[in-house]
Amino acid sequence: MQDLRVQFEVPGGVVTAVDGIDFEVDRGEIVGIVGESGSGKTMTALSLLRLIPEPGKITNGRILYGEKDVVQMTDEEIREFRGNEVAMIFQDPMTSLNPVLRVGFQIEEAMAAHSRFTGRQAHDRVVPMLQRVRIPAAKDRIRDYPHQFSGGMRQRAMIAMGISNEPSLLIADEPTTALDVTVQASIIELLRDLSRELRAAVILITHNMALVASLCNRVVVMYAGRIVEQGPTRAIFKNPQHPYTWSLLRSMPRMDEVGHERLVSIRGLPPDLSKMPPGCKFHPRCRFRIDRCLTEEPALVQVDPGQDARCWVLMKNIPNPEAEAIK
Amino acid sequence: MLGAHEEHPQPGSRSHQVTAQAAPSPTAETKLQAPLVRVENLVKHFPAGGGLLGRNVVHAVDGVSLAIQPGETLGLVGESGCGKSTLGRVIVRLLPATSGHVYFRETDLTKMRGEKLRRLRQEIQMIFQDPYASLNPRMTVGDIVSEPLRNFGVARGKKADQKVQEMMRVVGLNPNFVNRYPHEFSGGQRQRIGIARSLVLDPTFIVADEPVSALDVSIQAQIVNLMEDLQAKFNLTFLFIAHDLSVVRHISDRVAVMYLGKIVEIGAADAIRDRPLHPYTKVLQSSVPVPDPDLEAARKPILLKGDIPSPVNPPAACRFHTRCPIAQKICSEVDPPLEQKEDGRFVACHFPGKL
Repeated sequence: MQDLRVQFEVPGGVVTAVDGIDFEVDRGEIVGIVGESGSGKTMTALSLLRLIPEPGKITNGRILYGEKDVVQMTDEEIREFRGNEVAMIFQDPMTSLNPVLRVGFQIEEAMAAHSRFTGRQAHDRVVPMLQRVRIPAAKDRIRDYPHQFSGGMRQRAMIAMGISNEPSLLIADEPTTALDVTVQASIIELLRDLSRELRAAVILITHNMALVASLCNRVVVMYAGRIVEQGPTRAIFKNPQHPYTWSLLRSMPRMDEVGHERLVSIRGLPPDLSKMPPGCKFHPRCRFRIDRCLTEEPALVQVDPGQDARCWVLMKNIPNPEAEAIK
Repeated sequence: MLGAHEEHPQPGSRSHQVTAQAAPSPTAETKLQAPLVRVENLVKHFPAGGGLLGRNVVHAVDGVSLAIQPGETLGLVGESGCGKSTLGRVIVRLLPATSGHVYFRETDLTKMRGEKLRRLRQEIQMIFQDPYASLNPRMTVGDIVSEPLRNFGVARGKKADQKVQEMMRVVGLNPNFVNRYPHEFSGGQRQRIGIARSLVLDPTFIVADEPVSALDVSIQAQIVNLMEDLQAKFNLTFLFIAHDLSVVRHISDRVAVMYLGKIVEIGAADAIRDRPLHPYTKVLQSSVPVPDPDLEAARKPILLKGDIPSPVNPPAACRFHTRCPIAQKICSEVDPPLEQKEDGRFVACHFPGKL
């Protein structure tokens, strides 16, 4: 993705949902895109498939898949690209499965729709696909309807459908958010194993930092339609440089917390995309801002090898951030 | 693991000291005083239709006993469908109990009617999960927050307005916003409105049902901190219901774990996290990811087989035996009672601590 911009024309102007996003994903790599609602993380993912809802448009940038630019593809090409190369897994599997069709049939149909397999091959692959996502007694379950599956099984069925065409890119949008924690654990394991087996590139979109720590090799942190920080998972968690990343990590209660530490709360709210503040978009909520942040927006620059942050201050220049933050 | 214990806990205080040696468990001391809320063998069944003569029954809450000390936060965790929300609602009497008792200061709420119940209800309030659904969209914030005052005839006119303004300030809302409507506020602000409403009658006991799970991460911390501050300020007692064990451990003094309508384990929050005794608690604990890539690389979640059984036909004897990694024959024959296994720790399991 190069300098991607997604804009929405709304009455009274243009809203920029995604502004100047650059990042790349390699085969076998899991990249996490984290952010809160309205940060642009889902729009970024949808734009990879050119699935931005109306009246949104990609107004700038390129999305290179191998040598091909997704933004320039013809309708026929994009259809083939979506079906054969990419799979998308959504948060709520109940709304993405057709309730009146049998689960097995839906998976078969997904394969048959894109001419990689013949009807017979597709049919024969359904049970192995369900076994691969570890649905117990898969043979007996292919004739079930989605409502007969539990939430976790539906998510597995969605994943089976997604990977049935052996995609090279898997986009998972909050795949475990609607699930209970014990079910979430098994879906995480499944995604981890599949990314290894398929050697696919995986993009995980989530608000859950712990999930990212569990699954991802690299992290992209988004705020107000921008990347505010990105880098290897370890660097982002151990040595976050953007105040937003730093605060986000300290705003969640940790399972391994010793005793009771007061949570760092990020004051205020994310900005309204139609009324963006000047300067750094995080400055109204930032505890570490300086005068420059109010007027000039910083660029995303390298702070360490492989790690970039969009900040004039950077956390490494703040001597005692904890004390500062709970004031 | 992490040797954190609470030493000499004062009810309502949040002083969590870290000590190397084992400290007396919180309940050892707090047990000396009378609990504020005591739930005894509480049962809530719902008719489910279907089955022979449509007599199927959902066993949402099936024989729960617990006590909540004044000033403490008791966390209630469990997965969807375990009955934790129903339990909360039966305790505040939003739902009638099928059988069993809820004592509030030794008065049985389930037996109360009319004016007496109304008076006690002022002291018992609830905060709901969805700040979008629990506020009337046609009422102004001022009317929403002051409604309990009017309902209970506590205050009206100028006095009510003053109280509303005070509550708005207490929860961190601009008191000038009283004439605005809920849709003009963000999710976090709406949750603050719900909290202001719950506080306006000066309650002693608040049941908070998933109060932060619908909020964005950065907003969750605001609400968690606010609830802690309010507890200290007004000496509140909380029943904090949530599915997220990390939030529950953070905010609670003690934690109760629920599975299919029953409490399987209850004890001090840190102790439950560090040394779960019930296999289900252990599974829950091992499933929660930590925002630390090194710890995550080492964490091995215990995966459960199968799905949670239907509460219409819960398994006989121990309800967890169908999925338990260490279940023996006895687990499907004898229902293990919730028994004190060590100081302040109650576990319903034939083989506690064996997983």
